[in-house]
Amino acid sequence: MLSYFLRRLILVLPVAFGVSVICFLLVQIAPGDPLTAIMPVDATAEEQAAMRAAYGLDKPLPIQYAIWIGNLVQGDMGKSIATGRPVAQEVFGAVQNSLLLAVSAAVIAFPIGIFLGFLAGYFRDTLLDRAVTALSITGVSVPNYWLGIVLVIIFSVNLGWLPSMGAGPGGSQSWAWDWLHMRHLILPAVTLAVVPIGIVARTVRALAGDILTQDFVQALYAKGMSRGDVLRHVARNAAATALSVMGLQLGYLLGGSILIETVFNWPGSGFLLSNAIFQRDLPLLQGTILILALFFVAMNLIVDVAQAAIDPRIKRS
Amino acid sequence: MALAETDSMQDAKVEKPQGYWSGVGARVVRDPVSMICLGVVLLLILSAIFAPWLGLPDPYKGSMIARLKPLGTEGHILGTDEQGRDMLARLIYGGRLTLFIGLMPVVLAFFIGSALGIVAGYVGGMTNTIIMRVVDVFFAFPSVLLAIAISGALGAGIVNSLVSLTIVFIPPITRVAEAVTSGVRALDYIDAARATGASAWTVIRVHVIGNVLSPIFVYATSLTSVCMILAAGLSFLGIGVRPPEPEWGLMLNTLRSAIYINPWLSALPGVMIFITSLCLNLLSDGLRSAMNVRD
Repeated sequence: MLSYFLRRLILVLPVAFGVSVICFLLVQIAPGDPLTAIMPVDATAEEQAAMRAAYGLDKPLPIQYAIWIGNLVQGDMGKSIATGRPVAQEVFGAVQNSLLLAVSAAVIAFPIGIFLGFLAGYFRDTLLDRAVTALSITGVSVPNYWLGIVLVIIFSVNLGWLPSMGAGPGGSQSWAWDWLHMRHLILPAVTLAVVPIGIVARTVRALAGDILTQDFVQALYAKGMSRGDVLRHVARNAAATALSVMGLQLGYLLGGSILIETVFNWPGSGFLLSNAIFQRDLPLLQGTILILALFFVAMNLIVDVAQAAIDPRIKRS
Repeated sequence: MALAETDSMQDAKVEKPQGYWSGVGARVVRDPVSMICLGVVLLLILSAIFAPWLGLPDPYKGSMIARLKPLGTEGHILGTDEQGRDMLARLIYGGRLTLFIGLMPVVLAFFIGSALGIVAGYVGGMTNTIIMRVVDVFFAFPSVLLAIAISGALGAGIVNSLVSLTIVFIPPITRVAEAVTSGVRALDYIDAARATGASAWTVIRVHVIGNVLSPIFVYATSLTSVCMILAAGLSFLGIGVRPPEPEWGLMLNTLRSAIYINPWLSALPGVMIFITSLCLNLLSDGLRSAMNVRD
């Protein structure tokens, strides 16, 4: 197991390197001079050159990358242009809030998705199957930022049951597991859960349908095993694939919550990212994307290893 | 007797064997869901193209006194937006940019990704390693994040949206194209073609492309719905189409301020995005099952 983990880890390193290169290049493709945001308008050419040298912007790109990555591994991601605070500090605070939202959405989505998908796969080609399939296609087709607005219209504007924005009293700093805070979490988490419900249901339906038609299921029934025990075998066969899909979905939830966070003014990484974009705060943009992407890479690694732990066949291939 | 036999043989109709694509076409036509979705998508596209000839009010002309009129208002069947512009006109005109930015990136990515994937799969070796490792890196970004990252860095604008979304969809298409091509590459008839002395380009052109393009195409159609949602999403965030152009995502954004005044009106542009993406998804599913591609 350990050797498998190490092998996977070695494969991940070049990807992580590539991710850092892309994040570095993001700032390079941005139009305009990065200095214009920090320099006064009437700065002389000498002052500009001095500032350029101070930030290392007069050096060739590979050197700039080396400096940037050198600072990065020491935990220094530069300073936000808008607030002047260290990027690392801003990002980690926001990522915590995003994780809270993403995990809540996953807790809602995965059990529902598995349950619906299994029902559809077990009762294949029945009305129930068709209903679940229709539901999951609707789930993956709905623009979730619009769904968020519709839920706000229903539950905040018309019914007045739930708040439409923010993370509760005290903003992002003071999260607590009480109703006062949790009521702020409900709408964004439900909105975010809709797409993964569709995807998980679809995957589990296909998996269950496939496995149930395999010979070993017939054999288990033939030897007199009860329905419940047979389903346990089926579940175990489906677990590895289902787990990998869900792991990736959790990664997508974190990286893809940007639009939902904007709709609900949720103080997470997506909210931070959209602020960074509009204030042309490139260091913050770069840092946020880097952290989210690396999280996604780590998630992939965890999924791979967990998959191999559940299903030994994967390790051998 | 012998004569009669020849006659009946001549009478027998010589039917052209049904081709693969006409079979697929026939199966799609028989599927009511696919046909309805195709009809809706075509209607949206045609109404967007011919919008100036539909006798609609000017989608850019606002009115201070006619702002946020509800649905069913005299002269404004779908009401007016926050600047008093006719919603029906803006929704139909909005289809122009929304559908263009929502579909074009997949088309571009289909060509670029197929080319990269076919080259990687056919040539193999170092070329394959380089192309596929770069693709792996892009897979480390969730698609929403990558689109927003590139668009956010480049800034708002139609061309920038097209560029960022195309970059988002090249890697998945390349990966599929590479997998399909290396499968075909291993088949005997490719070896036979190579043995006749055909150049790599000739083998790809004559023997590979025809056999790999349809699975890649089906895969690409399954991306159109996501692309639509993402494209409108970029405009919704304010990093896509710029005001005052009518575009569904952007309209959804600017109408958000009206959810307390005229809530259902403000949800209308999203309905358009939803209908389009749903139809694209169902259409892609229909095509997939007609071609008997298993997922």
